[in-house]
Amino acid sequence: MSDVTVEAMEGKLVTDQLPTGAIVGESPLHHSDLASIAKKGPQQGGVHFHERKLKGLLTLRCAPSAEQLAVIESLLGVALPMQPLTSVTTDAISVRWMSPDEWLIIVAGEQAFEIETQFQEKLTGHYALVNISGGTTILDVSGSHVVDMLKKSTPVDLHASEFPVGKVVSTVFAKSGATICRLADDKFELVVRRSFADYLWLWIQDASREYGLVVKA
Amino acid sequence: MTQDLSKQSNRLQEGGRIDRSKPLTFTYNGKQYKGFDGDTLASALLANGVDIIGRSFKYSRPRGIVAAGAEEPNAIMQIGSTEATQIPNVRATQQSLYAGLVASSTNGWPNVEMDLMGLVGKIGGKMMPPGFYYKTFMYPKSMWETYESYIRKAAGLGRAPKENDPDIYDKMNQHCDLLIVGAGPAGLMAALTAARSGARVIIADEQSEFGGSLLSSKEMLNGKPAAEWVKDVVQELSGFDDVLMLPNSQVNGYHDHNFLTIQQHCTDQFADRAPNGQIAQRLHRVRAKWVVLATGAHERPLVYGNNDVPGCMVANAVSTYINRYGVAPGKDLVLMTSNDNAYRAALDWHDAGRNVVAIVDSRKNPQGTFVDAARDRGISIIVGSGVIEAHGSKRVSGVSIAPLNDAGDAVVGPIIKMAADTVATSGGWSPVIHLSCHTGARPVWNDEILGFTPGATYQKQLTAGAINGAFSTAQALSEGVKVASDALSQLGLAKSDVALPETEVVEEGKAMALFHIPHTKPTSKAPKQFVDYQNDVTAAGIELACREGFESIEHVKRYTAMGFGTDQGKLGNINGMAIAAKMLNQTIPQTGTTIFRPNYTPVTFGAIAGRDCGELFDPERYTAMHAWHVEHGAKFEDVGQWKRAWYYPKGNETMQQALDRECLATRKSVGILDASTLGKIDIQGKDAREFLGRVYTNAWAKLPVGKCRYGLMCGEDGMVFDDGVTSCLAENHFLMTTTSGGAARVLSWLEIYHQTEWPELEVYFNSVTDHWSTMTISGPNSRKLLEKLTDYDVSKENMAFMDWKPMTVAGVPARVFRISFTGELSFEINVQANYGLHVWKALFEHGEEFNLTPYGTETMHILRAEKGFIIAGQDTDGSVHPFDLGMSWAVSMQKPFSFIGKRGMQREDCVRENRKQLVGLKTIDPKAVLPEGAQGVLDPKAPVPMPMVGHVTSSYWSANLNRSVAMGFVKGGLNKMGERVFYPLADGRVIEAEICSPVFLDPKGERQNV
Amino acid sequence: MFHIYCPHCCEYREEEEFHAAGQSHIARPLDPDACTDKEWGEYMYFRANPRGIHHELWVHAAGCRKFFNITRNTQTYEIKEVYKVGEKPSVVADEAK
Repeated sequence: MSDVTVEAMEGKLVTDQLPTGAIVGESPLHHSDLASIAKKGPQQGGVHFHERKLKGLLTLRCAPSAEQLAVIESLLGVALPMQPLTSVTTDAISVRWMSPDEWLIIVAGEQAFEIETQFQEKLTGHYALVNISGGTTILDVSGSHVVDMLKKSTPVDLHASEFPVGKVVSTVFAKSGATICRLADDKFELVVRRSFADYLWLWIQDASREYGLVVKA
Repeated sequence: MTQDLSKQSNRLQEGGRIDRSKPLTFTYNGKQYKGFDGDTLASALLANGVDIIGRSFKYSRPRGIVAAGAEEPNAIMQIGSTEATQIPNVRATQQSLYAGLVASSTNGWPNVEMDLMGLVGKIGGKMMPPGFYYKTFMYPKSMWETYESYIRKAAGLGRAPKENDPDIYDKMNQHCDLLIVGAGPAGLMAALTAARSGARVIIADEQSEFGGSLLSSKEMLNGKPAAEWVKDVVQELSGFDDVLMLPNSQVNGYHDHNFLTIQQHCTDQFADRAPNGQIAQRLHRVRAKWVVLATGAHERPLVYGNNDVPGCMVANAVSTYINRYGVAPGKDLVLMTSNDNAYRAALDWHDAGRNVVAIVDSRKNPQGTFVDAARDRGISIIVGSGVIEAHGSKRVSGVSIAPLNDAGDAVVGPIIKMAADTVATSGGWSPVIHLSCHTGARPVWNDEILGFTPGATYQKQLTAGAINGAFSTAQALSEGVKVASDALSQLGLAKSDVALPETEVVEEGKAMALFHIPHTKPTSKAPKQFVDYQNDVTAAGIELACREGFESIEHVKRYTAMGFGTDQGKLGNINGMAIAAKMLNQTIPQTGTTIFRPNYTPVTFGAIAGRDCGELFDPERYTAMHAWHVEHGAKFEDVGQWKRAWYYPKGNETMQQALDRECLATRKSVGILDASTLGKIDIQGKDAREFLGRVYTNAWAKLPVGKCRYGLMCGEDGMVFDDGVTSCLAENHFLMTTTSGGAARVLSWLEIYHQTEWPELEVYFNSVTDHWSTMTISGPNSRKLLEKLTDYDVSKENMAFMDWKPMTVAGVPARVFRISFTGELSFEINVQANYGLHVWKALFEHGEEFNLTPYGTETMHILRAEKGFIIAGQDTDGSVHPFDLGMSWAVSMQKPFSFIGKRGMQREDCVRENRKQLVGLKTIDPKAVLPEGAQGVLDPKAPVPMPMVGHVTSSYWSANLNRSVAMGFVKGGLNKMGERVFYPLADGRVIEAEICSPVFLDPKGERQNV
Repeated sequence: MFHIYCPHCCEYREEEEFHAAGQSHIARPLDPDACTDKEWGEYMYFRANPRGIHHELWVHAAGCRKFFNITRNTQTYEIKEVYKVGEKPSVVADEAK
């Protein structure tokens, strides 16, 4: 890539943070070699685990005006979920409500910069869009005992009547935190911070032990 | 057919809910016994005729099993067949029997039968009146440790295992519409009602089976034995997805806002150690929309002379052992009662083929269904009388019975002596209100039932059954339906039909208020009349406390120890209050009750700890380069939850040798530090600059794009709490760095001011700490190294000190900051963390020719101390402002907005003379390294206590300077340059130092400015 | 363990998601430099410690990270209401008492 100059930036700095070429990123659980565990480890169990790694994750901060909402929808292809604790999930993009002025946007890793650039070009007014792809990873957990494992880990009520598919909460997870979204009856997405990922992976292994843990590549 | 009961001399030929096809062998105090599946340890011991299960705490008197449930005060056991699986303080009445169970008495050293303390005890007893602790143990203080070991051993507190517990304990968070505590008739009925309406229900019971009182009675429900009704209900409940049934589970604490903790014994009922992979105990943390307390009642024993001799029991326990466990705990029974209900014990005893010597009823004219039943069986009833004394020492041998006056407080006729081996007593029932008290509710005295019932609470709590004084099964069942219906309507759930089972009609006469049986002698001279068995509190002791002037029941409790410890006054509290009330000439409600506290029964530390142990005890946060540090032999240091590389010893290097090498290599050529843990906050918005100006002490209005600036952050009191470098990324875009440990606090600090004080400022803060990997290359060759990895012009001309530039490093887009914490030419390279390790390794691939040396936090500390740079939290402690630190250059008093800390640092105390100020400390002996924390004095010959002038905050051996370097506070230190300060140490040495500038190396800053 | 309704997430959450941040409605003086030492000291250090109704600032630290107010009875620990920053409480202590 060609080196950018700071002077070119107006207002906010947006730079592509991904290398071009053959350099492969290492996700927070890279050293755990989940691929080998997936191959050699148990294939049956009540909890399934998968690191959805190297995605593009962006935090959008905004108290959007109607005008901004329209622009954001045109840029993301989906409307921002405005109701607390709701989310939007499509094949291309996921948007999670985080707070009245905060959303988490999940796209393919290489798309983050594209979205940042488009926001920079098209969205006016007060907002912040922050790339957090390197500081975050996504753990997908599923299976017949996934709720039991989660009940050991988080104090939120996971009963389907209180936590339907599509609901998203940011909460305590073991002694760390996570943003939990229910993707299906027995499938949840945990968005966690990089530095805590190893601890949480250990925790999930432990909490799943009595049900059997299957790692998915 | 007669079964071989293997010497279970008290086991009945039939009956009980035990499985006689499953005999179990267990060990008690080193001896083997047999019991059956379905027994508790207590029922099995009684079956085997084990009378003495412990010695009393204070008087060392032999004690037997008194009760059959959680209220048991005496049978406190140490359980465990191996050292690692020891569990203290287990009630034998609550421990299911399993094959191979090993139990021993915790009371009674060296053994319960032949107690060395036996004789001592009798003397000791006199020497240990109430208030003994306060009167004796407080003085002399130095003796406490001697007393304590003696008391602990004698008090039967059990012992913790000396080896690690191999079992897994965990915790689970639960939520429900209704948490029902107690699975007796009221609880089961409530559960059934709620479950049929689709409510989310948790029902917990401390016993191994649901059913409560129904399991130990001969009642009929719907014309069938009650236990069959229980079975049907349990079966129906188990069919609901949203009903969680927890047997063997004590609801131990009732906390704020309907948060309750339940300790579930998952494998305790069948194994010493949990089978592989299974959870031994689980702590359920329950948030319930509604709580139904259906906790039942404990029968109250009567207080009489020698009422602690083994063989003295509460009446209901006798029925329970017979009906539920097929055990008659003796041969010849005397029942003493003040009510009809207890007659059932005599009926059960009689029906089990044992001899009822007599029923001694304190009332003149008892009438009712059970009384008639006793008369029909030809049982002798002695009315208007009481058992004033039991005889025997290791087992009851007989009783003295005497007529009582109408009030029940004086003996009014001749004594009759009768032989018996068992005395069952009942003074009525005390509702189990402990959990209700946990919420802060004050119990209310109910004259009708002669007991306390739950007081008012704002919590969403309902009560049903015996806890309300609704003692009959019919009442309990109907209250169960009622409370569930009430809760359902509050929850907006429709109530489904639930039919009440048909119950037998029982007529009971009025009970008499009786607690303490008089003796012919005054209480103080009569044989000991125990109120609280576990704490050895007697009626005489309570009377003494009252005579000594203790009028509040809370004071009486503390003076006598009544209701202390694991007992929590389950059996004895009401009797004790009644005795105190009488002494104080007032009613029981006037006297009041003590408050029961969590936990209801002891909880294992395992259950409290759950899985937060070992490597899961606290999260360990790792940087992207952590694996590299491990591979390269780094020693780690905890910084908050981060694991940071501390230093990297090579071969047999000592720590100091490694530090010396790292320090020299960095100043001579180039070193590298993983600085990823630095807090990083992305700040965007048109008012970002204004905000920075308000939270930092210095000016930010003119920081140009592409520049970095150091800032101090203070509290409103003017005291420094964090510092860091903030860089201007674009006109409305900044990156703030904080200390590693302060990141969360700083972000929260920014947020609270933005959200509560200055919401009008357009700015957003987002943590990007984890997003960027940060590696600092530092040293004269750092530029040369960087040049090998980037095409960007990093010359001084193009990239000056305190500039930042975007560039590609090792193929990865990076933001590089020319800032320095070592005083050397430094570049702080930031890349997206998924590429951190790649860049780190690339630096080493190109760094060999420069002897690129990884250094850890300790070398970082030394290098910055050589330069006199502070570390917030080490050289500051919340009591120093920037001027104390000699950092007035970092404060701009001219800023238009009164920045946070400005007003605070101008208070009278902050501007006074002679404040402690941070200075350099140059030891006169260059080899002497001051210990951090050492207190300085100006005159080492001053008499002790010497006036102290401040302490050493940072002190290291500097290999670069070949001497020690230190910083510390000295009163008025900034005006004392060149003066001496002395540090007398604990080992007798006195280190002398000269007050100097804290900048020991390169005072002009030439090294970093190249 | 309180059960706290977050006015931003619009549901009850466990106390462990929240942090208490002291008494509510302590506004920073608009002109700190004009405050006497006494006035500044009162702003800094003096806080109510009532038996009964108290207004507290909390933050949904593990959730939406928003600060908000709680009106709480310090005797029973009952939470009477929650309200957003900038709003006024509807439940207040009876001054007559």
